[in-house]
Amino acid sequence: MASSQNEVPPPLQDIPTAKEKKYDRQLRLWGAGGQLALEETHILLINNGPGVTGVETLKNLVLPGIGQFSILDSAVVSEADLGVNFFLDDDSLGKFRAEETVKLLQELNPDVKGTAITEPLETWAVKDKIFTPYTLVLIAAPLDPAILATIDKHVQALEIPAFYLHSVGYYSQFSLYLPPAFPIVDTHPDPTSTDDLRLLKPWPALLEFAKQKTASMDKMNGEQFAHIPWIALILHYLQEWQAAHDGKLPTEYKEKTQFRDLVRKGSPSEENFDEACAAVLKTLVPPKPSSKVTEILNAPEAKNLTATSPPFWVIANAIQQFYEKHGELPLPGAVPDLKAQSDTFIQLQNIYKTKAREDCAEVVATVRSLEKNLGRSGKLVIDEKEVENFCKGAAHIHLVRGRPLKIVTPDTVTTFGDRTKYLANELTNPESLSLLYIAFVAWDEYVATHTTSTKEAGSEGLKVPGAGDDYEADAEKLTGISHKIIDSVIKEAGTFVEDPEYSQIKEKVGKICVELARAGGAELHNIASLTGGLVAQEIIKVITKQYVPIDNTCVFDGIASKSYVLRI
Amino acid sequence: MAVNGDSRARWRYMDHILTRPGAYTDPEWGEGIIGTLENAKVLVIGAGGLGCEILKNLALSGFKSIDVIDMDTIDVSNLNRQFLFRQSDVGKPKASVAADFVMKRVPGCKINAHVCKIQDKDEEFYMQFSMVICGLDSIEARRWINALLVGMVDYDNDDSLKPLIDGGTEGFKGQSRVVIPRMTSCIECQLDMHAPRAAVPLCTLATIPRQPQHCIEWAHIIKWEEERKDIQLDTDDPEHITWLYRTALKRAQEFGIQGVTYSMTQGVVKNIIPAIASTNAIIAASCCNEAFKIATSSAPALANTIPEGVDPETYDPDEEFAPAPNNYMLYTGDNSIYTFTFGHKKKPDCPVCGNLPKDLTVPGDQTLQELIESFAERPEAQLKKPSLSTGGKTLFFSSPESLRQQTEGNLRKKMRDLMEDGEEVVVTDPAFPTEFKYTIHLT
Repeated sequence: MASSQNEVPPPLQDIPTAKEKKYDRQLRLWGAGGQLALEETHILLINNGPGVTGVETLKNLVLPGIGQFSILDSAVVSEADLGVNFFLDDDSLGKFRAEETVKLLQELNPDVKGTAITEPLETWAVKDKIFTPYTLVLIAAPLDPAILATIDKHVQALEIPAFYLHSVGYYSQFSLYLPPAFPIVDTHPDPTSTDDLRLLKPWPALLEFAKQKTASMDKMNGEQFAHIPWIALILHYLQEWQAAHDGKLPTEYKEKTQFRDLVRKGSPSEENFDEACAAVLKTLVPPKPSSKVTEILNAPEAKNLTATSPPFWVIANAIQQFYEKHGELPLPGAVPDLKAQSDTFIQLQNIYKTKAREDCAEVVATVRSLEKNLGRSGKLVIDEKEVENFCKGAAHIHLVRGRPLKIVTPDTVTTFGDRTKYLANELTNPESLSLLYIAFVAWDEYVATHTTSTKEAGSEGLKVPGAGDDYEADAEKLTGISHKIIDSVIKEAGTFVEDPEYSQIKEKVGKICVELARAGGAELHNIASLTGGLVAQEIIKVITKQYVPIDNTCVFDGIASKSYVLRI
Repeated sequence: MAVNGDSRARWRYMDHILTRPGAYTDPEWGEGIIGTLENAKVLVIGAGGLGCEILKNLALSGFKSIDVIDMDTIDVSNLNRQFLFRQSDVGKPKASVAADFVMKRVPGCKINAHVCKIQDKDEEFYMQFSMVICGLDSIEARRWINALLVGMVDYDNDDSLKPLIDGGTEGFKGQSRVVIPRMTSCIECQLDMHAPRAAVPLCTLATIPRQPQHCIEWAHIIKWEEERKDIQLDTDDPEHITWLYRTALKRAQEFGIQGVTYSMTQGVVKNIIPAIASTNAIIAASCCNEAFKIATSSAPALANTIPEGVDPETYDPDEEFAPAPNNYMLYTGDNSIYTFTFGHKKKPDCPVCGNLPKDLTVPGDQTLQELIESFAERPEAQLKKPSLSTGGKTLFFSSPESLRQQTEGNLRKKMRDLMEDGEEVVVTDPAFPTEFKYTIHLT
């Protein structure tokens, strides 16, 4: 431990670079790996309508340094654009909106490359392989559903994540298409939920440590006694408990509180005993993975591996084998800070780290044998770091089962297939904003039904509710469409909603439709900006494969100031 | 192409909302709304991550008259989200660069920049605004402006009531809230929503470090004082951070602790909170959306609604068990998207907004005894054993017995002989932990 006074100062290898300084506040969230993923991204915005939300989204992505973005928009800047879009100025008037917004967005960050595409969507979207350069596609409503269907077909074939977004008056809504399997390892769980110390199933090295630290406790001096790590205390008293209870561990709530009283008797006031007592209920739980994690480890993709299976599934298979053998997941290996002497704490950290490394090594060995048996090519060798990362976060992995975007058909009541029952339940949940979602589907149906020609340039040929003077008539039409959707959902789900609930639902959706028609397709800057923040955040999660994205539709109500996520 | 700086055509989209009644607007709503919006004077506190967004949002919500206060200058680490600033602006004051940028981009919007602390301005300055929006990272500054705005409320002057809209972010999380001073729960009432982080005990730093952060705090708090006490620590000076980093790293190596990095040193010493453009955009827009609704009444705003399922005729938010109007939106975006919008209840014992002196008319020839007896019946007081004092002197102590005896001589005196007209009286009672304040008007 002692170090020579003449030691040269350590080399300053990690003095931040200019780039690290600029991105410091975000690197603390998603790290260098997340940043690299962002920098390799090329996002396409297909912009329609007032087109503010998409541009605000891009602002929040250009700032943290995505690689490239493109805006496809054949609209020409009008005076109304200047009152709602910050990335246009008076000089932009009469010019292509795509070119002007790209220019002003690019000023935000010289590291980002922007491209404008002014060709009409109708002719552009049907070209062969036109979507291949893009990592992610953003589509702003309104657009002809036939074109949306074409885009959807392309993104699904290429498994490119895509967002379809609306921002109308005080309301907004967006849906995220992800591939059928979108796994995340680095979910950044709440640090208070990640402690996994295996106190009910200690291994020999940990037991030996506890024994050493609690040996002749009654003869210790005050200083030593006050610094016995609480982990050792719990293990010590567990043995005492087992001796008095036929070798059984405290498992029921009542037993655990009795056990806590036993620990408390050891010392009424020492801080380490406080820590031990506080930890009893939280840590004396079997390290059983959640049903969600079990489901992922047993997913068909993990069971039926092929030579080209993504690494996630190969590791999942190896971890499931580990679980079947040991009855627990690999140990994550982290120890929370606790009252102890420095060397004792480091000793304890090393005991956990060593066990975590052993567990990980076993999983790596299984991965290697799987690779060999599957005949995976040398190019597809799974990085040991990836296995290690998975082992550390195994209890908190997440899988999104992506679903296609909902595309309406003119003059047809939209239905929801296997999500109908779920949606019917949501209709009567007072916390749910499902009615706002339904009103947006009705809004799309209105646009689809009132679109006379798809041959006209851009979105000019589209008619949105309330665009004309008689917005009240449109509100009624929109309400009518919404009522039809609601009735069909209830009927298809085979349920029945009684009055007064049924009338209340219809009245509520009617009010939403009034607000949507009132806006006449207008975006309010605040709602566009807020929604642009939400969408950008989801894009960052999808691109970095960190944190947990929505699954799969989000609505925001700017009147009540509430959001809600639905799985459609 | 020439543009009229501010023709109504520019506001065509927003005017749909401002000229058409909605599902929640009053029947009389509509007349003069655009004028009200254009005449509103808004104060923005902070021109950082939230402030830049707030200024942009207000300008594009049709507000024409904005002031912004910020004492800070632009740092390179601001550029990943404070989008009104460029590399060439580093070192310049945030408030003026932000104001100039937005005024240039949105003609017709006037923004006054103040490069100073909020505490440098007086009540007269704050009185000119119709509302205040805060985008701050300091709890102290929030409490200061909150206390000032609550203190400024004068029930005889509607203009003295200034809604306070507050936003805050940390990483993927944030909150926005609306305070109507004296009417709804204030920042001080909500103080428990911001629990301070527990500090590491000094003895841990000094003798038994276990974490890399302990080594950094040791270098920061103990070692700097020992070895460089003549130099004022500047956490923006790379040489200083480098010294702390080296010192912490050496200590960590002595104890076998891993993980001290330059970036962590900076984070611990400067108490850096991660910040990204998207969360700022969400929270700032939520704040400005509330400001727009308050200014235009085009839809109900937070803190200004009657809770669902409550009879509006009998609703009294100050009643003990009555629900508070929704005034707070908590936002989390790290695990899916989740907002929790709720009514934070005003705290009657809030030291800032809990107790406004009530006006009390008292006949000048009434005795103190009679006045004291009347407190038992006053519905807002119902005090059985009140003690009374004015700013300067004690009038009567109900307990303990020794003090009661010393002051009971006053009980027979007439009120006009005990105090001046308009004087404030503080009434306390052993049964309540709070003070009741009255302004006495003698007749």
